[in-house]
Amino acid sequence: MTGKPELHLATALEATGWHPASWREPRARPGEIFTAAYWTDLVREAEKGLLDFVTIEDSLGPGDGIERTDRVRGRLDSVLIASRVAPSTTEIGLVPTVVATHTEPFHLSKALATLDYVSQGRAGVRVRVDGSAGNAAHFGRRDPATLTREELFAEAADYVEVIRRLWDSWEDEAEIRDVATGRFVDREKLHYIDFEGPWFGVKGPSITPRPPQGQLPVAVLAHATAAYRLAARSADLVFVTPRDERDAARIVSEIGAESDVAGRENRPGIFADLVVFLDETERAAVDRKARLDELAGETCDSDAAVFTGTAGQLAEVLTGLAEQGITGFRLRPGAIPHDLLAITTKVTAVLREAGRYRSRYALDSEQRTTLRGTLGLGRPASRYAEVAS
Amino acid sequence: MSKPVKHIHLAAHFPGVNNTTVWSDPEAGSHIEFGSFAHLARTAERAKFDFFFLAEGLRLREQGGEIYDLDVVGRPDTFTVLAALAAVTERLGLTGTINSTFNEPYEVARQFASLDHLSGGRAGWNVVTSWDAFTGENFRRGGYLPQEQRYERARAFLSASATLFDSWRGDDIAADAGRGVFAGDPHAGGFAYRDAHFDIEGHFDVPRSPQGRPVILQAGDSEEGREFAAATADAIFTRHGTLEAGQAFYADVKGRLARYGRTRDQLVVLPAATFVVGDTDADAHEKAAVIRRKQVSAQTAIKFAEQLWNRDLSGYDPEGPLPEVDPLPGENTISRGRASVRLYRDPVATAREWRELASARNLSLRELIIEVTGRQTFIGSAATIAEEINHLVQQDASDGFILVPHVTPGGLDEFADTVVPLLQERGVFRSDYEGVTLRDHLGIGSSLPGNLERSA
Repeated sequence: MTGKPELHLATALEATGWHPASWREPRARPGEIFTAAYWTDLVREAEKGLLDFVTIEDSLGPGDGIERTDRVRGRLDSVLIASRVAPSTTEIGLVPTVVATHTEPFHLSKALATLDYVSQGRAGVRVRVDGSAGNAAHFGRRDPATLTREELFAEAADYVEVIRRLWDSWEDEAEIRDVATGRFVDREKLHYIDFEGPWFGVKGPSITPRPPQGQLPVAVLAHATAAYRLAARSADLVFVTPRDERDAARIVSEIGAESDVAGRENRPGIFADLVVFLDETERAAVDRKARLDELAGETCDSDAAVFTGTAGQLAEVLTGLAEQGITGFRLRPGAIPHDLLAITTKVTAVLREAGRYRSRYALDSEQRTTLRGTLGLGRPASRYAEVAS
Repeated sequence: MSKPVKHIHLAAHFPGVNNTTVWSDPEAGSHIEFGSFAHLARTAERAKFDFFFLAEGLRLREQGGEIYDLDVVGRPDTFTVLAALAAVTERLGLTGTINSTFNEPYEVARQFASLDHLSGGRAGWNVVTSWDAFTGENFRRGGYLPQEQRYERARAFLSASATLFDSWRGDDIAADAGRGVFAGDPHAGGFAYRDAHFDIEGHFDVPRSPQGRPVILQAGDSEEGREFAAATADAIFTRHGTLEAGQAFYADVKGRLARYGRTRDQLVVLPAATFVVGDTDADAHEKAAVIRRKQVSAQTAIKFAEQLWNRDLSGYDPEGPLPEVDPLPGENTISRGRASVRLYRDPVATAREWRELASARNLSLRELIIEVTGRQTFIGSAATIAEEINHLVQQDASDGFILVPHVTPGGLDEFADTVVPLLQERGVFRSDYEGVTLRDHLGIGSSLPGNLERSA
């Protein structure tokens, strides 16, 4: 035992993996990525590995510049995938992606609260902004050229504020079923949120009662200051993309400074994203990636660092990054199922051997697995609840 | 020549936020925990129903400036709960209400296409319209839509959605690893749609789903609503449950189909219906009377009367006579977010009719409300109810019913166990699913115009 804290591990699910040629691997199931069975199998595998959560990538369209026939095309709505998978799993966290730029916070707030009900407290959400002109044209409502990056992030901050207020807009004990007075709810425990901002206003309350976790963990992927600021103000988790330990230290420090500016006491959990190609030997991993690169006709590059090597080598990288204040990792499998299986069986085994990974899911105060419980976050009271005098 | 026997369609409506639902019943469970939705869906599937139906709300109802607190409040999100139900059922159709005013076609189309993929072809969409600023206060667009434009936008919304659904062909995903061809056509998903309401273009990102397009359901009794349904819907959801009113409605909407080049079996007419099953007819009527008093409590009776009178009636005794004053004229300001208020087209005349009825039958205010808001369509023994349902369907008052239990989640159990077997014995209701998709269950076939040429 090292006496050091356990690391948090999550996996980022994307079609057949993050390598653009991953769908051509012999064990890939590219013809099945639009089926429920495919996603259920992947999430169950992640749950067998005791991972904290899976994220499911999403966007409201393919973005700008597509039409290649040798790449995976199309995707299903990630909130619906998470919901479809929820009854078939019991402990793993389910974190779909929502796009703040083009959707209604009222709709998404109730959808995510419902995901928390159907998963019995295992839902989270990753909120993203989308500045793609191609995707903006799918809605025809706003010209992305007129919105600056700062404005898109500021709007996303409002969006998170609204979904959080809506989750709190029903106090936990709002449903009373008081036969004597004929009242189903106590309207004193339902609250208008009265949010007014430059992009939208929302009256509230939510149509859906407060979700089981009270507040779902909110995550943001951040590469630069505007997103670090959003994360520091609004998120429980921030996914970051350090190139190395020094870069990780810089990012941790910048998020800390933004958290101070935001006047926040509990800093967000910082998860480092890594694209991983894992094999028995480093050579095998490098060769496999090279073979995929050749099939793709380009070197697989990513916003996140790309790791090729063994599970043991990856564990060293992770523990080194953890020294810099990174609390967890969102591993992006280069090819599914190969790299996902390596994460769920080998990486977790190496870390567990070193005393740095769990051997069972954590329970919350009500003795059940919730995503907040797994992440070590308590269950917050509604901001609208009267403080007991 | 005798008419061929019609096959009945049945659906299960998860009880919504109205006084039909008796939450005070000892058998009443949660209205929000997933287990309740799963129970009703599994019961409906066990009984071989066509589909499960979920209504939607986008703003909590208010009365007298306060949130309405006497009925069940709180609902899940439609798409999310239907996707989860796909995991606990195999054949049951999964249909829900999604508003066409406070949504955008690209997002809704990808949600329905996703639901159709994730359920193996069981998705259905009840398209509703609303326009009011009250609901709009929860959305970016606010209450911008003039009432007269609501069907126009709904029609444009459906048309835009159809363009998106049809932007992929069934064979566009090749996923041929050997040749390195994933999408067989580089332009798959390409679309452009422009009209007075939408100006959108780009690439739809969900490949063709098992049904191609979800089944379209529609509610709406107005002239516009009927015409909209005849033009665009696969099934129509109505309130007309009696023989004469049902036959008139049925003949009317089916008669409108020809002008859209559609046949009479391409629109399934499904009234909403409640039921009380008893050991005998007399037993059922006794149970029904007890349920009605639970549905219309003294407090509920006053609130109902306020909705018609458009004024505060809290000083009146619910067990006493009806108010002597007339309803306040003009726009209803007392009750907001309640569709039923709009049914009272002439409140003063309605109040007069209610007073005459109460006087003739010596009814208190509460008894009168129980009488005029009666929602129990089928009351009787299982044999009586089976007979009545079959009679209404064979006499063309409907093609089947959407059943709304008054208790969650077990309110359909008895119906499934006692009435359905009798319908099956008569050969008028399926003993097992013959097909896989909701379109199969409804017998409407594919409404797809074949493999459309690319629109962009």
